Amino acid sequence: MSSQANFTHAEAAEQFIADEPRTDWHDDTLWFVREKRDKAAHSLPEWEQLRQWASDIKYHGLSNMHQLLVDFEKNAIANGIQVHWAVDGKEHNEIIYKIIQDNQVQRIVKSKSMLTEECHLNEFLTEKGVEIVDTDLGERIVQFRKETPSHIVLPAIHLKKQDVSETFHEHLGTEKGNNDPQYLTEAARGHLRDKFIASELAITGVNFAVAETGGFVVCTNEGNADMGAHAAKIHIACMGFEKIIPKAEHLGVFLRLLARSATGQPITTYSSHFSKPRAGQQMHIVIVDNGRSRQLGRESFRNSLKCIRCAACFNTCPVYRRSGGHSYHTAVAGPIGSILNPNLDMQANKDLPFASTLCGSCSNVCPVKINIHEQLYLWRQEITKEGMAAKGKTFAMWGMSEVLAHPAIYRMAGKMGRWVVKHLPFLTNNGMNPWFKQREMPEAPKESFRDWYLNNKQK
Amino acid sequence: MKIGLFIPCYIDQFYPAVGVASLELLEKLGCDVSFPLNQTCCGQPMANSGFEAMSKGCDKNFVNNFKGFDYIVAPSGSCVLHIKEHLHDEDNPKAADEIRSRVYELTEFLVDILKVTSLQASFPFKVGLHTSCHGQRGLHLASMSELVAPAFSKPETLLNMVKGIEVTRPKRVDECCGFGGTFCVFEEAVSVKMGKDRIGEHQDNDVEYITGVDTSCLMHLEGILKRQGSKIKTIHIAEILNSQL
Amino acid sequence: MSARETILAGIMANQPLSQKLPVVRVNEMIQYEDLVSQFKIILEAIGGACLEVKDHEELDTILQELIKEKQVVLNAINPSQTLVRQLQTDSLESLASIDMAIINGSLAVAESGAVWVSEEQMILRILPFITEQLVLVVDRKNMVSNMGQAYQQIDFSEIGFGAFIAGPSKTADIEQSLVIGAHGPKKSMVILVG
Repeated sequence: MSSQANFTHAEAAEQFIADEPRTDWHDDTLWFVREKRDKAAHSLPEWEQLRQWASDIKYHGLSNMHQLLVDFEKNAIANGIQVHWAVDGKEHNEIIYKIIQDNQVQRIVKSKSMLTEECHLNEFLTEKGVEIVDTDLGERIVQFRKETPSHIVLPAIHLKKQDVSETFHEHLGTEKGNNDPQYLTEAARGHLRDKFIASELAITGVNFAVAETGGFVVCTNEGNADMGAHAAKIHIACMGFEKIIPKAEHLGVFLRLLARSATGQPITTYSSHFSKPRAGQQMHIVIVDNGRSRQLGRESFRNSLKCIRCAACFNTCPVYRRSGGHSYHTAVAGPIGSILNPNLDMQANKDLPFASTLCGSCSNVCPVKINIHEQLYLWRQEITKEGMAAKGKTFAMWGMSEVLAHPAIYRMAGKMGRWVVKHLPFLTNNGMNPWFKQREMPEAPKESFRDWYLNNKQK
Repeated sequence: MKIGLFIPCYIDQFYPAVGVASLELLEKLGCDVSFPLNQTCCGQPMANSGFEAMSKGCDKNFVNNFKGFDYIVAPSGSCVLHIKEHLHDEDNPKAADEIRSRVYELTEFLVDILKVTSLQASFPFKVGLHTSCHGQRGLHLASMSELVAPAFSKPETLLNMVKGIEVTRPKRVDECCGFGGTFCVFEEAVSVKMGKDRIGEHQDNDVEYITGVDTSCLMHLEGILKRQGSKIKTIHIAEILNSQL
Repeated sequence: MSARETILAGIMANQPLSQKLPVVRVNEMIQYEDLVSQFKIILEAIGGACLEVKDHEELDTILQELIKEKQVVLNAINPSQTLVRQLQTDSLESLASIDMAIINGSLAVAESGAVWVSEEQMILRILPFITEQLVLVVDRKNMVSNMGQAYQQIDFSEIGFGAFIAGPSKTADIEQSLVIGAHGPKKSMVILVG
């Protein structure tokens, strides 16, 4: 589903950083969220054990996915829920459109669902002439601005309150120049209450689907998923199949990790457990594959499907914090996005695994212990193997590997003016070299260590 | 105990003093150290750029140089981690396995194998410790701020044995400096911004030096410091541990 | 092949060898000696309030006090007594005018300040979300330390809908500035009885 962006992460990041005060704000704000996460994690002595359990439960789930989905479907149907299956984003969108048409509804609200972003549901429905109202405050803001979320938990984190104020002035008629978040939130509350009350159909995401009960859990702080789902006569919940967990008791592990990892809260304000439609209501679940079964078959990358979308890896990532979510040109940005998106479209997302220093902080904060930075390294190998690396880069690397494999050539090259200066890609001293743009070169010493050793140590 | 000294290529060519300090320090501590003369590189620059397949020649050369040592020690967390995780040699798999289990970063070797408890070193300066990611999160040279686990730092333990030194930590104690191998040129803007931010926190502590276990991180920070015209200098930890008044 | 068959076949072909479920040892999860004070600290930290009353008589007094000057109150605990004005419970516009809802919760969790409320207790699923202020009443003896213990006590075979509710609704989507009262209640109080 993903389309080729006309910029790379590096290009977009450079643009983002051009506004340094704003970059600093973005970095500090998200670092603060990371610190809140640390504090929450350190409040539980069993934290690392919880992560291990969560990771193991998820792996059990991946290794029994077929059975769990069959059980879930059976139990959900017994609960009175209608279950749909979608091979890809297009089918997902069409299923939803058909429900809309069959019921002849027009007023639709949607709470946050990264899956619907992944499937580009909003664009699809807009093209069909169906208006859909995003009800998460951050998502509503970016929807008004015709943007996409830049963060999966904090969709409007790339915006300042002045930006929101201008947007609300234009769309909701709020006072010009009133930047008070309280005031702006009140305005959105009033606007969206009207939408909830009028809504006929509500779309939500799914945080966890429980095979044993046929029910699912949706977590929000704002209460928008509940306002939508309980007001509308039709509720559609959309989930990637990896949202399945075996038993309800496992929620006692995941709900302890999710909000603490995401924002440092002990739990989200609302953790709503839907098992049956209310009297007179239609409840649908759309189970989506969209490349997930392929990822399940990639041994090196299948653990990425453990993700519970907490965004802790975003907040800790020093690259994400300084480049903004839009630089990743995908629905799910950040480190986890960089290992999920190459599976969806390797060519379009070949830059993403390189948008990392491989520092490893992402893997350490991950509540389900996905080895994110190792998978980034492995995607780099895959992308190169598929011949997707730039030609110049391949040639340089080939030349370099030849020299470094042959000590005599290496030494000769070294003598002929410090070969490394010319060939380690980060040390070439010329106008074209990005190293030199904002950094001085190291000074070349009189002799190499090897020369010194031969002169001083070798008898 | 025969120790093979592994001096990564960019240290060999640019920072020979780091190699000298490492060698002298190990010899001072009574080790029998030799420097295999045909060594070049661990292959990481290729592998981290996605060209792991091209680093086979490097791997083979590395195995030829370092097989048979009791320990292989290098003043670089990053290169050691690469060897530990990725060294393979189809012709000589056993030797490669052995090397992977015997390769140590310098401070790790001093603390875990030599069990050093005192040093004859003196460095009367205020020093900011940069915690390099591969050494820390990869080799576990220090506890990690993300994990709920007891705090420790092997480099800091050693620095605290140095006379006259004042060791400080930046506010974000273990954030990456942005070097990241070829990341530093392919993502130049983010790389430099990360480096500037690290330097800023060390500046807030009024440090005279920034030190760490990886010359690559220090080289990146040094490049920025020099461009800024800063008085702060970078120095590899081996040079501090080997320093004398 | 239907989408269902395609997906399930793909999964069957690609899923790894089955790995056993770990045993989650709830007794290794954090335990608090003083459940009430832990619950209070957390609930207040997330913008909620907590009151303790010794019995149902005192509860009634407190509730009478709380609903003073409110126009529309729905008491789900005792609808006959304290329903201030008749509501059209089938009209969302009417429900949106509720100033305060008083609802029983069956379980309070000390580590998170959350209260479990099931559908039967809510009367209407939307009630705890649409009301301007929410009062949850929980028996003090129904407190647990952690979510692991909480799930041991909930029987999902009986439940159509239920929610953990922890404090008032909130958002920080504008510059990470916390604003209490997003789409749900602006105030939320838990009264522990006993």
